[in-house]
This record gives sequence, C-alpha cells and structure tokens, in this order.
Amino acid sequence: MADRTAASRRGLSEEVAGAGGHQIVERVPSDRQWLWRLISFAVVFGGWEIAGRIPVSPSFPTFSATIVALGEMLLDGTLAGAYAETVQPLILGMLLCSVMAVLFGVGMGLSRTVEWFSLPIFIILQAAPMAALIPLITFLYGIGLTAKVVAVMLMSAPIIVLNSYKGIRNTSPSLLDMSRSFMATRRQQIVKIILPSASGLIFAGLRLGVAAGVTGVVLAELLITPTGVGDLITYYRSVAEYPHMFASILSIIIFSSVAVTLLQRAETALFRPET
Amino acid sequence: MLNTVLSARNGQASGTPEAAVQVEGIGKRYPGGVEALKDVTLDFPAGELTTLLGPSGCGKTTLLKIIAGLLDPSKGQIRVKGKQVHGPGPDRAFVFQDFALMPWATVLRNVAFGLELRGVAKAEREATARKYITEVGLTGFEQSYPHELSGGMRQRVGVARALAVDADILLMDEPFASIDEQTRRKLQEDLLQLLQIEKKTVIFVTHSIEEAVYVSDQIVLLSRRPGTVSRIIRPNLDHSTDLEAARRDKAYLDCVDEIWQTLKQYLV
Ligand SMILES: Nc1ncnc2c1ncn2[C@@H]1O[C@H](COP(=O)(O)OP(=O)(O)O)[C@@H](O)[C@H]1O
Ligand SMILES: [Mg+2]
Repeated sequence: MADRTAASRRGLSEEVAGAGGHQIVERVPSDRQWLWRLISFAVVFGGWEIAGRIPVSPSFPTFSATIVALGEMLLDGTLAGAYAETVQPLILGMLLCSVMAVLFGVGMGLSRTVEWFSLPIFIILQAAPMAALIPLITFLYGIGLTAKVVAVMLMSAPIIVLNSYKGIRNTSPSLLDMSRSFMATRRQQIVKIILPSASGLIFAGLRLGVAAGVTGVVLAELLITPTGVGDLITYYRSVAEYPHMFASILSIIIFSSVAVTLLQRAETALFRPET
Repeated sequence: MLNTVLSARNGQASGTPEAAVQVEGIGKRYPGGVEALKDVTLDFPAGELTTLLGPSGCGKTTLLKIIAGLLDPSKGQIRVKGKQVHGPGPDRAFVFQDFALMPWATVLRNVAFGLELRGVAKAEREATARKYITEVGLTGFEQSYPHELSGGMRQRVGVARALAVDADILLMDEPFASIDEQTRRKLQEDLLQLLQIEKKTVIFVTHSIEEAVYVSDQIVLLSRRPGTVSRIIRPNLDHSTDLEAARRDKAYLDCVDEIWQTLKQYLV
C-alpha cells in the first residue's frame, strides 16, 4: 500500500517533471536562437580578428584593437561629444520629414491627382545616388546645419513616402468592399480600415527612413564639413589611427541598429495588440 | 410545433410570395470589355434562401455585388422591397468569401463593426455583438483575434457581423467555399438553424450543387458568361425534422442529379 502510494507519487512527480521538461523544450528555440546569434557574431568577429592579424592591409586593425579603441573613446567622452553633434541634424531632419513624408505618402495613396504629380519625383529621388547630390546641397544651403538636415531629409523621405504609399495601396479590396457594404463614410473608411491596414508598411518605412537618415548624416559629415562622427572618422584616418577609425564606424552601425530596434519595439508595444 | 414552423416557411414559399429583392434586366459589362451578365431578371422571395448556382466566372459575384450596391450595373435596376436602390443600404448585409475580417481587431470589435460605423454607442453595440457571437456559437472567443481562429470560426464571425446590423437581407458570396468539407457541412446545418430564429431573406452564392440543394428554398441556375438565368428549381427538402436526414433524402439526391444534368451542358 505504502509502496503503491510512493510509486504513484513518483509517477506523479515524473509527470510534473515531464511537464516541466516540456516547458523547457518550448523555451529551447529561443535559447537556440541566441546560440546561433552568438555563433554568427563569433564567426564574423573571429574572421575580423584573423584578417587583422595577417594583416590583410596595414590599415586594417584587429577586432580586439578596435574594441579597445571603442572602449577608450567611450570612456574619455570622445564618442559622446561626437554623437551630441551628429544627432542634431539627424533628429531635426527626421522630425521635419517623417510626419510630412508619411502624410505625403498617404495622400499619394488616397488621391490619384497627388499620385500623378509626385510619385515620379520620389521614385527618382530614391534611385538617385545621394553622394552626387551633396555638392548641389552645399551650393543651395551652404555648409552649416541646414545642409546636413537637408541631406538627412533627402535620404529618408523617399523611402518613408513610398512605403506609406504602398501601404495605402495594399489595403485589401475585400476590406474596402466590407466597409462600403456596411455604409462607411470615406472618412471612416480611411481612419478605420485604410490607415490601420497600412500602418505595418508605414512603420517599416519609418524604420528604413531612420537607417537612411543615419547614412545621410554621416555622408554629410564626411562630404560637407567634418563634424561629429564624420569628423572622428576623417580625423583618425588622417592621423592613421586605424583602430579608432574603425571603432567610430562600428559605433555608427551599432547606433543605427539600436535606433531601428527601439522603433520596432515601440511599434509592437503601442500599435500591435494582436501579436 | 415543428410542423407550424415548417408550414410558416412553406406557406411563404407556395403561392406568390412577396419579393424582397427584384432584379430587373440587369446587364454588366466591365471596363475591360468583359460582359459578365446579360439581361438577368429575377425575384428573391422574402424570407427564403435563394441560391445563385453556376460555373465559376459566370458572374455570380458580380450579380451579388450589384444587388449589394457595391457595383453599378451597366443596364437594369435593383429593387429592394419595391424601392429602387443605388448603393449599399441598411437593409442588406454582406458575408464575404474571404471573411473580410479586420486582422487588427478582436472578434467582438469585428462583429460590432457595422454598428460602430453607424455611430452606435460602445456599450450598446458590444451587447448586441455578444448576443450574435453566442448565436453563432463563438462564446468565449470575444477577445480573440482572427488569426487565432480556424476558417470555419472566422466565417462564423462574418455571419455574426452581418446579423448584428439587423438587415433583412443577407448576401452571402460563397461563404463556405474556402472551408474544409466537414466544417462546411456543420456550417450549413448551423446556418439553417440560425435562419429558423432569424427570419431573413438570403441570397447565397455557391458553385457547389450539393450545397445549393441542401440549403436552398429556391435555386437559380446561371448559364456560362455572360450569365443569364437558365432555370429555377425548388428542392422542397424538409429540414424541419432532422437537419442530417435531408442529405439522405431521395428528393435531395434527385435534385442534385437534375441540376447536374442541366449544368453539364455548360462545361466544355
Ligand atoms: N473588376 C473586373 N474587371 C474585369 N472583369 C472582371 C472583373 N471582375 C470580374 N470580372 C470578370 O467577370 C466575369 C464574372 O466574374 P465573377 O462575377 O467574379 O464570377 P463568379 O463569381 O461567378 O465566379 C469573370 O469572367 C471575371 O473574369
Ligand atoms: Mg465569385
């Protein structure tokens, strides 16, 4: 009797363990994901380290030297000072253009007239090589903050506009029919169907726009007047401190990815109850 | 008791029932030049379920959308309860083949959406929506999102949404076509049961002969494009005693065969 109880208790505890094991099994994929991510980083950085040690080129530093330089620049405030400068035109440009670009793209999606006269401009802008436009910007706006803000806007606006436009145009025709059959006004149709349905592509456009804006500001800092991160890159190259130069470049990549990831998190938290 | 329900339904069917929807000389040519419908004249008796049955591409959806007011006909007119209509109206509600649910909205909001568009207060429209969610058997799923539901459940949401606006006429465009066979049978039975509570005029599009015979009071056979009315058949099945038994009824099998003989000629 006692034995049986013990046995059944053991059985029970095994079941519980089994259930626990199940949960672990379910968690494994995300653990694996992390593992794969770590491996891919290790491969890239390991490859970089080896390439730096060969060395592939005298101006190509090892990964470890770059990280040490990055740490130095973080600690002595060099990076903070540079980014304080770089983010000014970036934030100004993004604030000025993101809202307008979304509105413009939405307008293009909703109105044939707006579409007809503005779609070609944005397609050309998106295809145009920005670096080639920079001299034109300096010619028109000088070499100050304005020119850099314009560079950011020129880089990011077309992507945001075109994505918003596509988002509007991709609204499911049957959802449109549905809203009409329940007698939605045009205003209700736009607010309750078209905009929510387009929001995914609009936000994707904003993320791509921020990444493009970062490219724009760095290009401007490299090609117009050296300030911020662009100045760091130019300076360390001129004095042949390659680990610091690469650390500056690496920092921009990290900065851009973090900004885009934060935007995505914010979107999911604020606008995606269904996920 | 059951007999009275039956005779009430049949009472409307026999004789000359009043038409809820009249289609008069409807023709439709699409801008590209495709002639989808040609001179379709039809009455849809009030309180009955009429099926539009025909080969795919014959203009069934086109006709249903013209009745719904979603498409303008090139010729002819639509009358709803005797009055000519020119667009969507509160007297008609549509059920879509692809469900047309808002993926970002819960079941509750989807079902209440027709009322939301009419400006009904939130508490009131949600109470109505809950009632119809229960009626279609989705209690407990009010806060779920469409992607969390199976195809059959999604179409139940579509039906509940159409019922919630309290239109007299339901327009259903192949509502069960994209749903697996077993679930489809269950949905057909549940629809018939629902219609015994909710007295509606239903215009039901399908390309399945079996489905048409099983659910219909009246079946309109359409010819190949440009669609015209080829024949009208009344299956006269007795659904009131046992919903399942109807599928084994001799009248059911004969009717399926008869329609097949007619439609065969439209196949190449
Ligand atoms: N928007 C449209 N423009 C041009 N032709 C169309 C359009 N919609 C449907 N058609 C054509 O009209 C015919 C009837 O279509 P439809 O009513 O959808 O048929 P069914 O629903 O019976 O399958 C088809 O040949 C289809 O190709
Ligand atoms: Mg169709």
